[in-house]
Amino acid sequence: MKKEVFLEFDHVSKQYKDFLAVNDLSFKVYEGDIFGFLGPNGAGKSTSIRMTLSLIKPTSGNITLLGKNIVNEREETLAQVGALIEKPDFYPYLSAQKNLEILGKISGVQKLKSKIDEVLELVGLTSRRDSKVKTFSQGMKQRLGIAQTLLHDPKLIILDEPANGLDPQGQVDMRELIVRINKERGITVIISSHILNEVEQICNRMVIINKGKSMVEGNVSELLTGSRMKVSYVTDDNDRTLGLLANSNFKENVNGIEKEKLTLLIEHENIPELNNFLSNEGVKVYSIEPIRSLEEYFISVTK
Amino acid sequence: MIKLIQIELYKIFRKPRTYIGFGAIAFIVTVVNLGFLFEGEQLLGFLLDSLKDKFLLSGNLINAYTMAFVILNSLWIHLPILISITAGDVISGEANNGTFRLLLTRPISRSKLLAAKFISAWIYTVLLLLFMISLSLTMGYFMFGVGDLIVIKSTISILSSDDTLWRFGNATLYGILSMTTVTSLSFLLSSLSENSIGPIVGTFAIIVGLTIVSTLGYALIGPAIPYLFTTYLPSWDLFFTMKLDVAKLTHAIYVNLAYTIAFITFTFYYFKNKDILS
Repeated sequence: MKKEVFLEFDHVSKQYKDFLAVNDLSFKVYEGDIFGFLGPNGAGKSTSIRMTLSLIKPTSGNITLLGKNIVNEREETLAQVGALIEKPDFYPYLSAQKNLEILGKISGVQKLKSKIDEVLELVGLTSRRDSKVKTFSQGMKQRLGIAQTLLHDPKLIILDEPANGLDPQGQVDMRELIVRINKERGITVIISSHILNEVEQICNRMVIINKGKSMVEGNVSELLTGSRMKVSYVTDDNDRTLGLLANSNFKENVNGIEKEKLTLLIEHENIPELNNFLSNEGVKVYSIEPIRSLEEYFISVTK
Repeated sequence: MIKLIQIELYKIFRKPRTYIGFGAIAFIVTVVNLGFLFEGEQLLGFLLDSLKDKFLLSGNLINAYTMAFVILNSLWIHLPILISITAGDVISGEANNGTFRLLLTRPISRSKLLAAKFISAWIYTVLLLLFMISLSLTMGYFMFGVGDLIVIKSTISILSSDDTLWRFGNATLYGILSMTTVTSLSFLLSSLSENSIGPIVGTFAIIVGLTIVSTLGYALIGPAIPYLFTTYLPSWDLFFTMKLDVAKLTHAIYVNLAYTIAFITFTFYYFKNKDILS
């Protein structure tokens, strides 16, 4: 079944005086995706996200969100979208409950009280509902930020750097929460991030942008397997293994020895063949480890 | 729209800074009343010194109306600052807190949000003004009772006690109009700024600056003075003369309305097209 396009950037640009923040950017997000919006700092991610939500007007190009033009049909479109942009800022002098009440009323949420109960339960903040937000940790604010995106039962949520400022456990919890929201509620999720691990672990599709331009767009696993991965091998004799590889069909793949590990740049599908070769040559392989595949890919795309 | 105004008022009145204005007015009114209670005769003697030779003054000259009139005079320059503390924060405070991102990604038009914010700031202004006048009259009544009001300007007006209350009523209505102009100026500066200090300082600087220039720089901007809104900030006292200067009052009302409309129109135009980067 063909999936509906939920967000489409069609040759979108944004010019600030003498600075081109977004340059002819085009990509699509489909229904059901957890879509990674990747790029180094200053690549134009936040500007693009803000244009998606009509906080910033594009200089040229069209943005279609849920089938509507965001500039011309802003309110109808935003009624179906939840967003957490950069830091999760709330009214610090009000409680979590009051903050959600304000946002829910503005969004016209029906049965607001039970909806607030539901989203607070989902993000694990029920016990702190009456605490003022100024007493919240960064992780709690981040979770409250997710809760407010879900108040009005959106079809799509947009999260800009959702793991910013979180400790490792907080990052894991956040990733699990995003996957749950996607799987259990069927909500399409767009994550803007520069944390590659986050995107690699939870996103099915992604676009990588740099200097405001789209570098590559597609299915995460296809993009990664379609390129050379960096893999490290620990063997019983790395020097002998290096010599064997240098005289084999794999000599092009040898990258070197780093920290007593033999590293190779190799296509995903060729790894079993390499293993067979080493085994046949009597090399004892103690471990095979991919080295941050997306990170390598990201650097190769953006450099 | 009413729901939005309720939300904005709720936010305004949950902020401690909102009560600075009410607290400052309560403090000043109390201090002025106590000052007149203990030093009133000397103060009055000083004020009426030049009249003693020509007039026989008797009766309760320090009374609720005198107190309210003195306080209105002394607070008219302070009130814009107190107004700007809240009106200058309604837009810039959201930018400073980062909460505009939350509000403007909701299904609500920028114009409606802005209208709700302006109406809420205006309600705060009206409440502050009513608080100042009602507290001045009430505290003065309980401390001094009522009596005739002597107003010394270019002419001397002695207003009978039963001919005074309506004047305070009309002065209040005019005060609401002129302070609405101040509110709309603060509101405009608030839309241009990403922090609350700018609009507060900006409002004060514009009002004080124009007042000083009007006073000292007549040769420089003389023809413009009748068209500056600051010229008419103290025009509430037109109601405290024996004969109301209708032409001057009408001109003052038109100037205030023109500035208010201009400030609000520019704010809406600017904010509707503004990129939200905060």
